[in-house]
Amino acid sequence: MRLVILMTQTQVHKQFVLRPLMLVSLALFMLAAGNARAELLIRITEGVDSAIPIAVVPFAESGTMPQGDKISSIIRSDLTMSGEFNPLAPGKMLSLPSSRSDVYFRDWRMLGQRYLLVGELTRKGERLEARYELFDINREARILGETTTAPVSSARSLAHHISDKIYEAITGEPGAFSTKLAYVTVMGQGDNMRYRLQVSDVDGKRAKVRLESDEPILSPAWSPDGKKLAYVSFETSKPVIFVHELATGERQKLADFRGLNSAPAWSPDGKSLLMTLSRDGNAEVYKMELASGDLTRLTDHWAIDTSGAWDHAGRGVFFTSDRSGGPQIYHMERPGSEARRITFGSRYNARPRPGPKGDYVYYVHQRNNDFVIARTNLNTGEESLVTRTGSDESPSLSPNGRLLIYATERDGTSVLTVVSADGGETYSLPAAEGEVRDPAWGPIVR
Amino acid sequence: MKLSMSSKIFAMLLAAGLVAGCSSTGEMTDEENRGSDVEAINQEGGATVYEGGTEQGGISSSSMSEAERQAEQSQQSAQDALRDVTTFYFDFDTSEIKPEARDVLVAHARYLAENPRQQVRLEGHADERGSKEYNLALGERRANAVEQFLIINGASRGQIETVSYGEEKPAVRGSGESVWAQNRRVELIFD
Repeated sequence: MRLVILMTQTQVHKQFVLRPLMLVSLALFMLAAGNARAELLIRITEGVDSAIPIAVVPFAESGTMPQGDKISSIIRSDLTMSGEFNPLAPGKMLSLPSSRSDVYFRDWRMLGQRYLLVGELTRKGERLEARYELFDINREARILGETTTAPVSSARSLAHHISDKIYEAITGEPGAFSTKLAYVTVMGQGDNMRYRLQVSDVDGKRAKVRLESDEPILSPAWSPDGKKLAYVSFETSKPVIFVHELATGERQKLADFRGLNSAPAWSPDGKSLLMTLSRDGNAEVYKMELASGDLTRLTDHWAIDTSGAWDHAGRGVFFTSDRSGGPQIYHMERPGSEARRITFGSRYNARPRPGPKGDYVYYVHQRNNDFVIARTNLNTGEESLVTRTGSDESPSLSPNGRLLIYATERDGTSVLTVVSADGGETYSLPAAEGEVRDPAWGPIVR
Repeated sequence: MKLSMSSKIFAMLLAAGLVAGCSSTGEMTDEENRGSDVEAINQEGGATVYEGGTEQGGISSSSMSEAERQAEQSQQSAQDALRDVTTFYFDFDTSEIKPEARDVLVAHARYLAENPRQQVRLEGHADERGSKEYNLALGERRANAVEQFLIINGASRGQIETVSYGEEKPAVRGSGESVWAQNRRVELIFD
């Protein structure tokens, strides 16, 4: 029995979009709706010594504030999650200014802080107005200030927006706090498994189930505009690639050929997907034009070729191949051109994910008996470890290339963990119930 | 484990077969040896089965002696017992069929050859380590290896359907080599 349920973005209550290609049992349908919210918890790791000390003062409030975490608390969590900041606990603050006129920089210098954020929230009907200012404490200068509004129901989005602005003002890089994560949760035992494709904020909050099935779902991949997910679903008892529009819940079967239909990866222009098909007899990397369905085969080897991923320039393709006897990372300068081997340091290197600046490629790497995430410097060829956890897979980079999320085993179950791209754990996202795996970090959407 | 239990049954049946047909063992061997390529494979318990040569199913029953009929029946039961095993295991990152799997697969192939309407689905799997996407391809390569073996030994392509689940459907949950070894497998599913 195949049970597949779609949830659309606009539906807060339990309504569903039925599609003729799904086999659905109505009674079970309603049941699943009742407990369709599966959450990720967040476990933040202790900060690094080199993290920048910043004081985010609780905002002054006018009017009724929405329930839930305070805006300043979300900002503090975001900055901690990045691994680059060490926000001061509010309990240690000597004063709680909300504007420049209340700020005594000496107080904050004494507390060893480098930056100070103050602000005020005002309820205006169904909207929340935030006025905030960021100061460089040593120079006693304001480096950022803004007044912005958002619907009360999007208070978390407002907080993440402010975090993005702070991050960009201080580091020069765009923040990734407003981006989304896609992942698969798995619950159940034996023949009764429940797989859910979900999308949440980067801190695991506001998770929404997009697809629910009693057969495996894997390899979610974000379109560059953040509006669609491609993924592999076994709902028809074989692996098939779907493209799923998040706002409407509409989806399209993209690849349902004989054999494998797997490892979807979007081109930077969003017009084509790389995929692994075995319709010609063994696993090869193909490119499919979305508009026409035209297929071009990019690899041509009796070995397994899979996990195609466009490089940062969008011109060449990385992929996994075991043509040398075991899986290794290869790169084609142009799709279909001769492949150059990138990894040499161990007998197993797979699932390449390039950094956004063309400097590194990240992948699953076997080191003795462990599987960790490693990266190779594409200029020097030097390999280094990013994680040391041991049963690691499915690396996905944040869009600014500073953080990497992956799946790992912890306490006998699969959890998501975020590390800075050069190593050093920042936080983990275990599921409240069951396992979570196969994370994909969504793009920055302006 | 299924494998060892079936091996025990097999050994028992073979032993029974040897006892029942001991007077005609020589004859049975001669029949088998009429073919050109005969290969002896040692089984558990020291019993021997000959592969290749003339199919003993080609003997017409009207000319069989009682001993011959009994020998054929016990060999048929032995073949049936072999076919109790429907899961085949692999070493890490390989799709090589193990020597101990070969005669069981031959029994399955012969069964398929003799029953052309019988369909079988081969489901390929990998252990949880490494890349999911690579494991999906590895599971397929294992299923394809078994498919090829069955076809070479008499099954026809139209009877066989293959699918890979990669690491997504482990037989046993957990970690460690004893778990992983049980998950690196191809399962034969007969309708």
